[in-house]
Amino acid sequence: MERARKGDWVQVHQVIFSPGERSPNIPEETKKVPLELRVKGWLAIPEAQVGEEAVIKTPAGRELEGRLVAVNPPFTHGFGKPVQELLEIGPELRALLREEGAK
Amino acid sequence: MKDMSYGAIMGRRNDIMKKAVGINYEEFSRGRFAFDYEEMMRKVGYTLDEIRSIQRETDVGETPLWEMKNLTRLARKLAPAGKGARIFIKDEAANPSGSFKARRASVSVYRAQQEGYKGVVSATSGNYGAAVASQAGKRNMDCIVVQEVFDSKGDGQPEILEKGRKCEAYGAEVLQLTVGPELFYTFLRVLEETGFFNASLYTPFGIAGVETLGYEVATELKEKEGRFPDKVLITHAGGGNLTGTARGLKKAGAENTEIVGVSVDLTGLHSASDYDFNRKSFTTGHTGFGVPFTTWPDRADVPLNAARSLRYMDRYLTVTQGQVFYATEALAQLEGLERGPAGNTSLAAALVLAGEMDRDEILVVQETEYTGAGKHPTAQLTFAREKGIEVRRGDPHEEKPGENVLIPRGPQDLFYKEMELDRLRKSYLKALQKQHPAPYSPEERDFLTEELKVDQEKLEELLKSI
Repeated sequence: MERARKGDWVQVHQVIFSPGERSPNIPEETKKVPLELRVKGWLAIPEAQVGEEAVIKTPAGRELEGRLVAVNPPFTHGFGKPVQELLEIGPELRALLREEGAK
Repeated sequence: MKDMSYGAIMGRRNDIMKKAVGINYEEFSRGRFAFDYEEMMRKVGYTLDEIRSIQRETDVGETPLWEMKNLTRLARKLAPAGKGARIFIKDEAANPSGSFKARRASVSVYRAQQEGYKGVVSATSGNYGAAVASQAGKRNMDCIVVQEVFDSKGDGQPEILEKGRKCEAYGAEVLQLTVGPELFYTFLRVLEETGFFNASLYTPFGIAGVETLGYEVATELKEKEGRFPDKVLITHAGGGNLTGTARGLKKAGAENTEIVGVSVDLTGLHSASDYDFNRKSFTTGHTGFGVPFTTWPDRADVPLNAARSLRYMDRYLTVTQGQVFYATEALAQLEGLERGPAGNTSLAAALVLAGEMDRDEILVVQETEYTGAGKHPTAQLTFAREKGIEVRRGDPHEEKPGENVLIPRGPQDLFYKEMELDRLRKSYLKALQKQHPAPYSPEERDFLTEELKVDQEKLEELLKSI
């Protein structure tokens, strides 16, 4: 299990509302699941293991508690894969503007 | 110990808000629901000159206005003989945080500093978070951004993950939530616990901050081309971009410019649904915000929303997701500008609308935004395919949000749908009647004619028809 030491950049997780506590005016599929929070900051206790309760200090200077879920969490979003349907558009449009009468 | 339950926090909502925005909204109230909008904008806001100087302090605004010569050629090629307005675009991506939202944030953060708040909080999953974080950084203030990011499986919408990353890059604390309107509870709680300023999108400060955008579009075009824009296309969600821009155009004297709102059509997808959340390729500028905020602006996080789009809108158009991807590609390939989805929503409609206008007319798309990981069409379409959404080239008329994304087969496939403003006005009145039943006093009727941009006769007709 991954371990974090004080000052490491980590992510903690909290359940804000469990399914029974959710707002009444929301779709059924949303009511069935908890409202969860994830937040990153620097570990503010000497050490903690992933899965344990921890305290972090956030960039805004607040201390927040939560279950440690990641140490130095990576950015998971990217550019994805090239999309064939989009690759075709450029050459088509350029050809169209090259045609005579494109003024 | 203070009661922090949902009911208790929501019950303290008015007090929390009053402390967090420093505006006594009651003083503008004129009866049951009517209020003096212009008085609110005047008294709480700043003059255009003051806003321009506040924005200069933190490098906001004065972005370039470019003519899209190749896109104009393309629109003319598709148009009937003699038709095809010139298309211009305001490169708002040049703002410090990469979007026009810097204008909106600049005034809020300035105000927070003036009033002695230590930090600012914003509830937004959009570019506004990064804008507030960037402006707070420039003024050395703390910043917290509350976002709706994940579904219950922990899958983050790539564009919102990117927006969160950007907030962190500017030094903000980012609270990343799963789907649900209880985000507002978390937001209120943070405001109460920190005593920070609510940098809401919907205060008079935020809206006044956008007025410079409309003002610049009008004055720059007048200087370059000797005329005000004939139409300005504004990507529409919460209404602040449209309201602020329209007010700025008027302040510059562009009284006859047509104000056209444009949204991505996401009809059928529920904004609070854990399932639908990751089945869309656009996180803002869509009908899921555009329609409800137009018909009931006061659903916002402040008691009176300063963004009131029906007061200014002349037309409201929708385009499909596939068309916006097509326009994004066209802008990159023909104009050498790789930009994000917000402005390109209006651009998709512009390519069609320009073809209906005369050649000596000018149409302005009034924003671009930055693009990058998560925001890029390849990121969104890869994500859509992972979620089982069909992506193919096809007639965009057949696109069904949540099921497929149809990339137009060619520019001739581009189209827009016109949303009838009277339908929106009727929805507004229906929502109003639920809370404040008719009959309405003469003062209330005056207020409503301004809210809906209609005369007394038309108001009467609308009231009778619902």
